[in-house]
Amino acid sequence: MKAILTVIGHDHVGIVAKVSTKLAELNVNIIDISQTLMHENFTMMMMVTLDNSTQFDTVQKELASLGQETGLDIRIQRQEIFDAIQKL
Amino acid sequence: METNSILETIQMVSEEKLDIRTITMGISLFDCIDSDGKKARQKIYNKLTTKAKDLVKVANQIQAEYGIPIVNKRISVTPISLIAAASDDKDYVEFAKTMDQAATDLGVDLIGGFSALVQKGYQSGDIKLINSLPQALTETSRVCGSVNVGSTRSGINLDAVQKMGTVIKDLAKVDPVNCMSLVVFANAVEDNPFMAGAFHGVGEADCVINVGISGPGVVKNALEKVKGQPIDVVSETIKKTTFKVTRMGQFVGNVASKSLGVPFGIVDLSLAPTPNEGDSVAEILEEIGLESVGAPGTTAALALLNDAVKKGGVMACEHVGGLSGAFIPVSEDAEMIRAVTGGHLNIEKLEAMTAVCSVGLDMIAIPGDTTAETISGMIADEAAIGVINNKTTAVRIIPATGKKVGDEVEFGGLFGKAPVMAVNTNSPADFIHRGGRIPAPIHSFKN
Repeated sequence: MKAILTVIGHDHVGIVAKVSTKLAELNVNIIDISQTLMHENFTMMMMVTLDNSTQFDTVQKELASLGQETGLDIRIQRQEIFDAIQKL
Repeated sequence: METNSILETIQMVSEEKLDIRTITMGISLFDCIDSDGKKARQKIYNKLTTKAKDLVKVANQIQAEYGIPIVNKRISVTPISLIAAASDDKDYVEFAKTMDQAATDLGVDLIGGFSALVQKGYQSGDIKLINSLPQALTETSRVCGSVNVGSTRSGINLDAVQKMGTVIKDLAKVDPVNCMSLVVFANAVEDNPFMAGAFHGVGEADCVINVGISGPGVVKNALEKVKGQPIDVVSETIKKTTFKVTRMGQFVGNVASKSLGVPFGIVDLSLAPTPNEGDSVAEILEEIGLESVGAPGTTAALALLNDAVKKGGVMACEHVGGLSGAFIPVSEDAEMIRAVTGGHLNIEKLEAMTAVCSVGLDMIAIPGDTTAETISGMIADEAAIGVINNKTTAVRIIPATGKKVGDEVEFGGLFGKAPVMAVNTNSPADFIHRGGRIPAPIHSFKN
């Protein structure tokens, strides 16, 4: 399953490291990554794949708690919804 | 990855309150008919709890995986006046309680279809159902009722209009808040996913999924970027925005339909507000250029909005249905409430607005001493607008027992609060008491 992961929040040292370490622990594969600062907000987007053995809700919960610890808004959503809304 | 598209989608949900307002499962109860009311109710309970057993679970799963809030999970059923008619029960309150029990056990928010279709006259079950409405809606918490009193094809049943004025008064006597579960329609639609007026029409399949979208905040936000530009640009902007919103509805409906193994019916292209800030249809009208909703120009701006919403949405989904338009419920729209409280919007202007949008006089509190005949007069006026203009209209008004103009009725949650509005006190009693049926308009004879 392909999903889009977004991380938005105040920029500080080690965000990419923390998020990607957590993803590795959860057996989530990163296939594309883009990162920028928008109005001093750290904004990162990743396209990731989850294999069938990985529980989506577990990944979601783990990422949400990482978000709380680090003061970041971390979301993961299945990728099809973006295509449905944005593409004909 | 198209970063901007992803960010835009996320912003639509997190900041502009885009959501799926409802996933409504329509379930036919024709195969539950029984001459023994008790057996019929057992069959109804069994069918509802079998067909809809995964509805809430699937909706929650879609919400989690795709990050799109699904606000309500609902069920609509075949009008109970048709299902219960074969039984010799004297009233249908027990049928409402069965619906309520099934809805509670399933965890769905509301169940609609405690309804009767009497636009041309009463069959034996219709009058029993209408007489049961006050007690049924008082003694249940999730059941919604509706009565269709007119249609373009058959005219307006003035006897039913008269009766419904009394029913609404009786319902309000116990608790005015109960009135929000009852809608009086003209040209009711059979695939409406929105409450309180949802029922599962007789021409529908055994079980379908209908989806109601929302997103006034998204439209308002898009219009903020075209300030001062010609009205054509406003229309185009609304169309483009609605297209995206509707695509989401189509997508979610497809996923739900597949997961539940139930055919996908329609997407209802409605802009449904909530009392939350930034989720208001009135704010869109003001963004178009009105100092306050209610100002001269309001009807024109609303007509444009309603039309553009449909044009944008139609291409985005396979089947459009339901009410499809902009809703203008007073209590559920923070800016509408402000306009009423500030004296900028009255019932007469709201009535004019209902001629160009879906649906009607919705969630409007009126003084507690308003007579049943006056309420019937308001219903007749709305029905006439619907019947003549070949569109759905509805009345969901709340006589605020013991309260007067300027007081407020609290509904709680998504239903908000309604300031009591002034009603013209000249009596239509002699007109209403004539009874009979207003003939169908000449332009209904199209064959």
